[in-house]
Amino acid sequence: MALAAHLSAAVALADQFPVLAGVDLDVAEGEVVVVQGSNGAGKTSLLRLCCGLLPLTSGEAEVLGVDLGRDRVGVRRKVALLGHASFLYDDLTAAENVAFALRCARLARSGTAGALEAFELTGRVQRTPVGRLSAGQRRRVALASLVARAAPLWLLDEPHAGLDAHARDLLDSAVRNAAAAGTTVILASHDAERSLALADRVVTMAGGCVVASGSSAAPRALDANGTDGRMAGERTLAEVPHVA
Amino acid sequence: MWRDAWTVAAKDLRIELRSRVGVNQVVPFAVLVLLLFAFALGPDRKALASAAAGLFWLAVLFSAVLAVQRSFAIESADGARDGLRLSGLDPAGIFLGKAAAVVVQLAALEVVVGAGVVVLYGAHMSGVGLVLGASALGTVGIAAAGMAYGAIASGLRVSETLLPLLLLPVVVPVLLAGTKTWDAALTGHLANGMPWLRLLALFAIVYSALGLLAFGPLLEAS
Repeated sequence: MALAAHLSAAVALADQFPVLAGVDLDVAEGEVVVVQGSNGAGKTSLLRLCCGLLPLTSGEAEVLGVDLGRDRVGVRRKVALLGHASFLYDDLTAAENVAFALRCARLARSGTAGALEAFELTGRVQRTPVGRLSAGQRRRVALASLVARAAPLWLLDEPHAGLDAHARDLLDSAVRNAAAAGTTVILASHDAERSLALADRVVTMAGGCVVASGSSAAPRALDANGTDGRMAGERTLAEVPHVA
Repeated sequence: MWRDAWTVAAKDLRIELRSRVGVNQVVPFAVLVLLLFAFALGPDRKALASAAAGLFWLAVLFSAVLAVQRSFAIESADGARDGLRLSGLDPAGIFLGKAAAVVVQLAALEVVVGAGVVVLYGAHMSGVGLVLGASALGTVGIAAAGMAYGAIASGLRVSETLLPLLLLPVVVPVLLAGTKTWDAALTGHLANGMPWLRLLALFAIVYSALGLLAFGPLLEAS
């Protein structure tokens, strides 16, 4: 099967600290991969590398056929990231935010209503500036923008955070539908119960490296064999084997 | 690029129309600057009229700093800056769109400030074409330079204080040429304004070209 993402000995630095310290990871097209790990293990950095926000320092990283070492900007139109921030404009309505995301992706605005309805953002909520919405509603608008972009790779960083149980169900349904349609999903989450139910595969990170990978049927516990429990930034550059 | 520019300009102007920061804060600030200068110079209408051109451009420049800061502030809330980088929009289009939105806001502001110098300072506009040409070129130059230096400052924690320090010295040619052109228009010596009008055009072209080329790297680096 073709690979949506291929990382080999991938190292990324943030302020001279190796936030990714030699990641080896292959993700097949259409696969749903859940990334686990303690705080600072490198989950968010992995997602930011894959969408081209974090530069690759050394190693190999190819996402959707784009070599991130050469062109990390080129991959951005092909991916959709849900980060800790919602990337929304407070003074635009929910509908206008989604329409802006569609226009950026060169898609017709007609997809706005469907994306909002998928997260039950209907009626007055669609016409309300997102600055006046609750945190959970803002998260739903961010998810609607992400779904509307119809990107072949979704990068979801703690997507269940801030959502109520019903909204989490809507999100899980959207992920399942996208995966069934061939979308690749890399999902970093501390919500093991929810995320493992979605996963084809579970990857465990620690210290900026992938330390374990297995099927969702037999997920690895955090800090399992080979994990020293340190955060990525706690490694020095000299300890990172792939940095010359 | 043009499509992306339109997308960004429409978004920025929609946000400004809804938030009314320009109407409620930037325009009153410009009028306040005019009033303060009038207090400082005293009630002598002749002295005020002779200083009208320079005071117009000073009020516009100070207000432009606020408009540029506001343009980047809307991209700093809730990770919108990363969202813009991830949007896939052409950086040159983002530059053009954001600059165009600032040009529209400054043009509206200049109408108010221009009326202010006529009413408060008793300035008499005899060369309307020259005034409009200088205002248009000066505004484009200020907006283009503002976007370039705004991109540098916006990624830093001290952007609010750094931007005026970066931008105001750079736009001194606009202050100088704009004032000379307006002086020529107000005094009726239109031919004297033409060399300065060409300087305004050169400034606008140079900073527009610089912004088109450098905005992408600046957005990534800052």
